[in-house]
Amino acid sequence: MTAILKKELGSFFTSAVGYVVLAVYYFFAGLFFYYYCLMRSSKDMATLFSNMFMITVLVIPIITMKSFSEEKKQKTDQALLTSPLGLGEIVMGKFLGSTVMFLCCMAIYILFALTLCTYPSGTPDWSVFLGNLLGTILLGSAMIALNVFISSLTESMIISAIIGMCAGLAIFFIDSIANLVSVEWLSTAIASISFVRHYTNFTTGILSVADTVFFLSVIVLFIFLTLRVLEKRRWS
Amino acid sequence: MVEVKNLVKRYGDIAAVNNISFTVNDGEILGFLGPNGAGKSTTMNIITGYISSTSGTVTINDAEILKDPKEAKSQIGYLPEIPPLYTDMTVRKYLEFMFSIKKVKLPKKEHIDEVLTITKLGDHQNRIIRNLSKGYKQRVGLAQALLGNPPVLILDEPTVGLDPSQIKEFRTLIKGLGKKHTIIFSSHILSEVSAICDRIVVICNGEVAADTKTNELSSAISGKGILTLEAEGTVSAVTSALKTVTGIRKISVDRQTNNNTFIYNIEHKIENDIRKDVFNAMAKNNMPILGMNEGGMSLEEAYLRLTSGKAIKGGKK
Repeated sequence: MTAILKKELGSFFTSAVGYVVLAVYYFFAGLFFYYYCLMRSSKDMATLFSNMFMITVLVIPIITMKSFSEEKKQKTDQALLTSPLGLGEIVMGKFLGSTVMFLCCMAIYILFALTLCTYPSGTPDWSVFLGNLLGTILLGSAMIALNVFISSLTESMIISAIIGMCAGLAIFFIDSIANLVSVEWLSTAIASISFVRHYTNFTTGILSVADTVFFLSVIVLFIFLTLRVLEKRRWS
Repeated sequence: MVEVKNLVKRYGDIAAVNNISFTVNDGEILGFLGPNGAGKSTTMNIITGYISSTSGTVTINDAEILKDPKEAKSQIGYLPEIPPLYTDMTVRKYLEFMFSIKKVKLPKKEHIDEVLTITKLGDHQNRIIRNLSKGYKQRVGLAQALLGNPPVLILDEPTVGLDPSQIKEFRTLIKGLGKKHTIIFSSHILSEVSAICDRIVVICNGEVAADTKTNELSSAISGKGILTLEAEGTVSAVTSALKTVTGIRKISVDRQTNNNTFIYNIEHKIENDIRKDVFNAMAKNNMPILGMNEGGMSLEEAYLRLTSGKAIKGGKK
């Protein structure tokens, strides 16, 4: 698993993908940080995080688009699947590789928080900051698991990225979709799988066990589905 | 030892592999022949655990690929038709990665150096794989297969796309590897298979059409031995001299090559090697032999005949 994780991380930085992802993420994070915190002399970082929600949803498919689709296209999956590695190790290696890449994106928030400490507006509210940070990490990890699964379904990384972005947008607007549904139980059911709703609780600085379990369940579900896709491909 | 038993792979109603069985003994180089779409790669992919069979078993040195995949896979070095290369890595980095995922227990640096030396990649170890020629990429593919010194090597058409000198080098390399490893080697090039392999399994339409020693393939297909003889002397004199040799079934003149020289096709019982007796008979009658060759049917002819539907196993019809 460690070998796959290292290889995944290495592949981000031997191609342009890693640098482009970091540049795009840091650009928008920097822009929002400047606009909402520095320009307004505000120590409230929650607005910055909530604005980055959409960017996170759109950037993650770029991080994960290569994970399985490129392996299949280049036939390098033969090297992985004929090695003594278990399928679980391969999928977890891929998932963790993308998660570490995403954490590199997230590292900028720590720099922003430390920057705020030097400003006259004062130190940020650490509980809110940590809640937002944890919420974004959990949200990002769940999105990564979903997108790794999408990547296992196709040989084209472009298709993988596009479907991933569409899925991200659907998740972003799921509350609006729930509101449009007139059948109450269905509306409640749709709303209960809303990533935004579960994420929002973290933004207030509350560490909610239910929301944490929700995101962890999503991660486990999509890792399991990815395993099933690989297993099915082997048998079909 | 590799043991393939009653292997079946179905894609819907189509059987890509239909009840294939064969065994590869330790230290043997097995040639895997067959036309495109015959089921060679599918069989190799099943043996290596890349895909699963619909039914049947594959055992690598007592480890069954489905029941004990980790143990079975750790004993196989596989070079697929398209080498599984991460082209953005350097040769060394790639081999280090493959070393890790194969969970090789040997000293990392020394072992990779050894593999680089065997495959003559030492001078190219720091080059990005993407920039290597086809021949060198193939070597990198072979190098990863050799990592961990697996007892079984499975090479799927490893010489496709190489130039003649690269093919020659690759054959020498594989022949050398055959001393230490059990090798299953697939190819379309019959001369290559006959030069490298001890035994041949011909696959056709997903079934084993022949499983025999390389030098016995043609006689195994025809079910008889054919000795081609070029000798000086009249047809009647040569024929009567040859009639004294036991085991000969039929003598026919193939063509005349010179004034008093003819080429004969001598059909004989498959179990008799009549060359010595023919030599003695001709010498006794003072008729010079200008050429003699056992195996009337060429490997190409034998292959074409086999793949057109006639099956033999173990050298028998």
